[in-house]
Amino acid sequence: MPISAERLAQVFVRVADTLVDDFDLLDFLHMVSVETSSLVDVRDAGLLLADHRGRLQLMAASDERTQMLELFQVQTVEGPCQDCFRGGRAVVNADLRAAGDRWPRFAPRAVAAGFRSVHAFPLRLRQEVIGALNLFGEDVGAMDPADMSIVQALADVATIGLLQERALRRGEVLSEQLQAALNSRVVVEQAKGALAQIHGISTDEAFIVLRDYCRRHQVRIGDIALAVVTDPTLHPKLTTPTH
Amino acid sequence: MGDAPDRLRLLLADEPVLVGDHPHSGGALQRLCRTVARQLPATGVAVSVLSLDGSVVATLASDPASTAIEEVQFAVGEGPGPEALAARRPVLVPDLAELGRTRWPGYGPAAREHGVRSVFAFPLQVGAARLGVMSVHRDEARALSPAALADALVFADLAVDLLLDGQQRVDSDPASPLVNDLLGAGFVLYQAQGMVMVQLGVSLGEAMARLRAHAFAENRPLGEVAADVVARRLALQADRPVAGTEGRIDPPATEGS
Repeated sequence: MPISAERLAQVFVRVADTLVDDFDLLDFLHMVSVETSSLVDVRDAGLLLADHRGRLQLMAASDERTQMLELFQVQTVEGPCQDCFRGGRAVVNADLRAAGDRWPRFAPRAVAAGFRSVHAFPLRLRQEVIGALNLFGEDVGAMDPADMSIVQALADVATIGLLQERALRRGEVLSEQLQAALNSRVVVEQAKGALAQIHGISTDEAFIVLRDYCRRHQVRIGDIALAVVTDPTLHPKLTTPTH
Repeated sequence: MGDAPDRLRLLLADEPVLVGDHPHSGGALQRLCRTVARQLPATGVAVSVLSLDGSVVATLASDPASTAIEEVQFAVGEGPGPEALAARRPVLVPDLAELGRTRWPGYGPAAREHGVRSVFAFPLQVGAARLGVMSVHRDEARALSPAALADALVFADLAVDLLLDGQQRVDSDPASPLVNDLLGAGFVLYQAQGMVMVQLGVSLGEAMARLRAHAFAENRPLGEVAADVVARRLALQADRPVAGTEGRIDPPATEGS
């Protein structure tokens, strides 16, 4: 199904708004992931950035269940994101069931999770590839070339989001911001564990509880996650056991 | 790229002990500071160690002058170190002179008086657990190259490792896979950390130390232990003592001993 110009314009307006307002990198990357997965005919999308060790780390995804987290994590060593990151070009795979030789660890897991196609687009910053935009589809088949251009544009938008601070002419601020975001992700995982233990639920369920709370109260997930593990009394409705 | 931690750990293992070094983890941190200074390179490197309540309990450095510069920050309550800790991100200042008078009115002049022209501070943290901060300074206004910055971040990971260890496994075998455990265990490790924190009613830092202690005692990969905790196949016990994550720093041996 072709993407309507109107729908695309809506996405870019949302992006522009985010860049102007009080900017939070994790929220921004999450927004790009969600918009990508709903705009293009794929089930899930995720954004990964390379850390200081050159390892791809998931920053945000349209679906954060453990099964998806594992699919992204496998790609620190093997998979379309790894190939995209190293080669600097988009990687398109039309049929995961035929990719067992190429990605012996990743392909079977992705198929087991219900996916049939996978693609990765590079996040490019000047001469460097700094990450990847990863798409998972339930249908076999390559992407429409028109869609490919749009997704690359979304990947470029994600990169621009990393550069939104004017002071960021220097490389230092990008590094600082990336480190902050990487650490913030760790805090979110710590908070999932804490909430899972408090409420006697799985970490996946804990993430839903956390996200719902943030949506209802219009607060950033990074901030709430931090409070959950440092000062839970700030959010008693979230951190008091429910039974 | 993937072997940077191994390469830098070996460098660290080769750093000689000096007479007058602190014993145990304090000395290990001093050696780390000296290795970092040599490697980046930098004029001086210091690590401030935090207690649970966020106050500095020890300062270790590559040399006495760097100790003094580091302590100034916390004495005046401002500077790249305190800022990196508060913001939970590195603070990179390739030219202190560029900052003007308003950013660090107390620290700025004192640092310049000590000959500091650029400074780079790295929080030593695992998510919300803040264990300390590492400050790197140079006597010329020069940014860290991308390679040096990447190395500094790996050294910060190694410093976190040392701080989590506390008194434990002090003379650890450089071939030990511990750092790789922390890096390679993935998201389940942080989830397990949060669970243990609540289960045992301890700090996040202590929760991590207990997970590692269990993995070490059982000779199992840390990632597997964490996966068991998250899947509720394993519950860590409250009564097993763990060497202090406060990173108790003992004073150096007195002369003649």
